[in-house]
Amino acid sequence: MPVNPAQHGHFQVLLSSLYQQQSRKVLATLIRLLGDFDLAEEALHEAFHAALQQWPKEGIPANPTAWLVSAGRFKAIDQLRKTSRLTSLPDDVLAQLSAEDVPDIEPIADDQLRLIFTCCHPGLAADAQLALTLREVCGLTTEQIASAFLTSPSTIAQRIVRAKSKIRAAAIPYEVPPPAELPQRLDNVLQVIYLLFNEGYSASAGTALLDISLSNEAIRLGRLMLQLLPDSETAGLLALMLLQHARRSARISSSGELVLLPQQDRSLWQHSEIAEGSELVQWAMRTRRIGPHTLQAAIAALHCEAPSAAETDWQEICGLYNLLWQADPSPVIALNRAVAIAMRDGPAAGLALISELEQLDELSQYHLLYAAKADLLRQLGRNSDALRAYQQALSLCKQTPEQRFLQQQIAALQN
Amino acid sequence: MKYLCLVYSDENTLHSLPDSPHDSECNAYAEKVHGSGRMLAAEALQPVSTATTIRVRSGKIGITDGPFAETKEQLAGFYLVEAHDLNEAIQIAAGIPAARVGSVEVRPVRQLDI
Repeated sequence: MPVNPAQHGHFQVLLSSLYQQQSRKVLATLIRLLGDFDLAEEALHEAFHAALQQWPKEGIPANPTAWLVSAGRFKAIDQLRKTSRLTSLPDDVLAQLSAEDVPDIEPIADDQLRLIFTCCHPGLAADAQLALTLREVCGLTTEQIASAFLTSPSTIAQRIVRAKSKIRAAAIPYEVPPPAELPQRLDNVLQVIYLLFNEGYSASAGTALLDISLSNEAIRLGRLMLQLLPDSETAGLLALMLLQHARRSARISSSGELVLLPQQDRSLWQHSEIAEGSELVQWAMRTRRIGPHTLQAAIAALHCEAPSAAETDWQEICGLYNLLWQADPSPVIALNRAVAIAMRDGPAAGLALISELEQLDELSQYHLLYAAKADLLRQLGRNSDALRAYQQALSLCKQTPEQRFLQQQIAALQN
Repeated sequence: MKYLCLVYSDENTLHSLPDSPHDSECNAYAEKVHGSGRMLAAEALQPVSTATTIRVRSGKIGITDGPFAETKEQLAGFYLVEAHDLNEAIQIAAGIPAARVGSVEVRPVRQLDI
């Protein structure tokens, strides 16, 4: 039956929405069935191409995703048969692939988890884990990833190629880690997601302070992980991202300047995201397996729930920072804890802690340490010391909006 | 797949740190891997001061004293294992007692193109 152009257009719209919603699931299953990323990606595109050809004539199958997996698999087998004459693929591999009886053709949640754990395998370079996750799990193009990381598409393409060849050559397995290895590997996945979020939240060397799209991808990944593998720290991370993301409109003024938390217009905060984040924090706290992401989210929730900076529950926040410091004694957490203590006990108490932290190698070049120190010095009326600390912060700061903020503080002190 | 697990550590401290394994512990672990059927070979090496490096250039053998490269950590031993995939090889490598004081590099063995 001939298809008229209007109908053809209808199928294209249907397929493109199906592609957006299902292509990552289909890909995840194809990688398991075919055992190869590149082969699976090619098969995925062949399958969608076949659907565009066949569905207008034969009707939409009852289970479109399973149809796509099956079509992709057959296309790949055809492809392998053709090339195997040239490359002498082992017979047993082909036989296994071509077996009529394939019970697991239905895309399953485990395949998506396999894909995430493989892309976030700690044996891959850290920047390759990010690029591979965005490419394979989120379905971003190489160009989109490159623009998000302010680098060239060829650099990203090279990272992805290297990662895939390591997966192949070192035999990184396509699997959800067994229970004994799961906590550590899950931690790595969560770290990758949070790195992505932060890359979007405060592009470290760029001119734009907020790149909403990478943060959105990270939140989407967080939701997916929570759905696939419910865990308190996954909920904690998702809550943390939502609570930070909720404040995005208030973080920069209409003229593009950075606005710090106490000065933010709280009516600009996204209250639905705050509510969702707070609920997730409460759920994670109830599990009694409370990790660093959950504690940070609990702190963020207290900030978000306060009607004003002055009415923030600093006592509770200091208590949470003490727990966080025990769970993860990192210098940056120590700095945040010092700032919270300054809010509770006054600037002199915070300044004493910050002076100690200044001696640490990890923090001696960290611009936010000097910015925090300058702020406390100013509160104590020690303006010339504050000026010097702001200048030190400015010399170490790489991000344009933060540089402008620091310049403004310096100008205000000089007048 | 075959994987070579290369055990590196600072020779000067390998045997003297609080976490340093005794030879008996190293031997017990090698026996354990052997018992699992994953072991192809494993040996500990003499210090790099005993190393001799050979190069053949234009048909001439060049012999020099010392290791291939001067590094902060030195090759102290190796395990050649048969593992299903990298994760299994990582699990074996993580059990090598010297990993507590040094590092283990896991490398897949390349099949020669013949």
